[in-house]
Amino acid sequence: MLSAAVDFSNVDWNEMGIATWDTVRMLFFSTLFTMIIGLPLGILLFMTSRSDSNGSRALYSVLSLIVNILRSVPFVILMISIIPFTKIVVGTSIGVIGSIPPLVIAAAPFFARLVETSLREVDRGVIEAATAMGASKGQIVGKVLLPESMPGLLAGITITTVTLVSYTAMSGLIGGGGLGDLAIRYGYQRYEPSVMIVSVIVLVVLVQLLQMLGDRLVLKFSKK
Amino acid sequence: MIRLNQLTKTYGNKHKQTTALQNLDLTITQGEIFGIIGHSGAGKSTLLRSINLLERPTSGEVWFGDTNITALSEKELQHVRRKMGMIFQHFNLLSSATVYDNIAFPLRLVRTPKEEIEQKVSNLLKLVGLEEHRNKYPAQLSGGQKQRVGIARALANDPQVLLCDEATSALDPQTTNSILRLLLDINKQLGITIVLITHEMHVIQTICDRVAVIHDGNIVEQGPVTEVFLKPEHRVTREFIREENENAELLDAIIESLPTNDHAQVVKINFLGTSTYEPILSVIVQTTGVSFAILQGTIATMKDTPYGQLIVRFEGSQEALERTYRMIESQVHELEVIR
Repeated sequence: MLSAAVDFSNVDWNEMGIATWDTVRMLFFSTLFTMIIGLPLGILLFMTSRSDSNGSRALYSVLSLIVNILRSVPFVILMISIIPFTKIVVGTSIGVIGSIPPLVIAAAPFFARLVETSLREVDRGVIEAATAMGASKGQIVGKVLLPESMPGLLAGITITTVTLVSYTAMSGLIGGGGLGDLAIRYGYQRYEPSVMIVSVIVLVVLVQLLQMLGDRLVLKFSKK
Repeated sequence: MIRLNQLTKTYGNKHKQTTALQNLDLTITQGEIFGIIGHSGAGKSTLLRSINLLERPTSGEVWFGDTNITALSEKELQHVRRKMGMIFQHFNLLSSATVYDNIAFPLRLVRTPKEEIEQKVSNLLKLVGLEEHRNKYPAQLSGGQKQRVGIARALANDPQVLLCDEATSALDPQTTNSILRLLLDINKQLGITIVLITHEMHVIQTICDRVAVIHDGNIVEQGPVTEVFLKPEHRVTREFIREENENAELLDAIIESLPTNDHAQVVKINFLGTSTYEPILSVIVQTTGVSFAILQGTIATMKDTPYGQLIVRFEGSQEALERTYRMIESQVHELEVIR
């Protein structure tokens, strides 16, 4: 029925392959930088939120506000509004490279909140025990918080990566490249639904694979 | 060894304040097992956490040996904390680490060489009897085993003092006793001072040398366990001892129902030490000619000291009764006419 309405013969499989590869590259680098920025930010949010000192709590309020602002701006708007910033950072605002800064800026605060939540799940008693054993703050982060929250952190990375898949598709709107770009140019602008359908199927498969990998890792690290 | 000086801790802001500890003084001597008993909310947890400054007092000083640790920097405090082990009601083990890694944790904090860690942890595993569980995760252990891991971990840094935060409250009676025996062994063999908090008189009675009763943020009674236990002065202390004695209410009812007059009296006799095991009562009544019925009796030990308590109803002439009492009093710890 579908094949009667949609002709798959005009799908350029070579171009589809390149677009898929572009999407994978975008995902890889945006996830990487999201982790690099989001993880320390999440740890900082967690540590400052429960500190006794007034300075730390003030820092928490500021960080929390920035994170909330970045998280509440719709990705499409964020992506377009930071084009000048993107050009300064990576020299271009299009293609795989040009799409990475907006992806990271959108995903890092999101991931930081997931990190903060995971760290909150760590039993306070275990932190207390480490403190009683003379652990420094750095040791508590590195030897208690991160290992204890590993399953939660891995689940957070999975959620963030899957969210980034849909963001990469959206970045096609401003010439970001990849599968989303392909789907919009061919499927929407040239009325070739076949390309759009194939692009979407590839995206679904990608998400499915990522989720399976993430679930497996979470299971491997769960010792409770 | 540990001295708390005018310790006060208040929580909350200036609008609503609760006081957990109020001008509390306490001295714990080297090598003893010191028990702190109190109901929940009495401040015992805050008190214990003040000793290693997990909770900073609002005012007052904490002395550890010759050091006023309330005056130390964060870094110096971390150093002092390594000389104090701590175990917890809910064990607080790293769920992501094996038994071995949990015990090695404090050693790795101070970058102990690998071979030394291996040797120390092996010894500790033997001490707490968990050699065959070294590669298990806490989730695979029973409560008692988890507490043994907690104890081994607390001992890894060769501490001078072991702080026990309701260490047996989450365990069944049998496991509680095995953990208490282990703590007693550690105190005897390694000479480690133990400070424990509990709400169970049983714990105090089994292993403590001295006890302090805490109520409303203050210590209301303290002294050697035998003294406090047999001669409780404060209302709260009496309550704790009563709770331990399950039949207290039943006994009250029995005593109430018995007719008493000049020729029949109900008496409580406390034995302490070796007199506990001697036939004092039967020998005395043979000479004074009174008859007696035992309404209730317990014989137990307080740590190593045997003690016994008898509730006895004597019948005889007033003169004979008084003679009996005098003779008993000369041989046992204490005698009290209840009715």
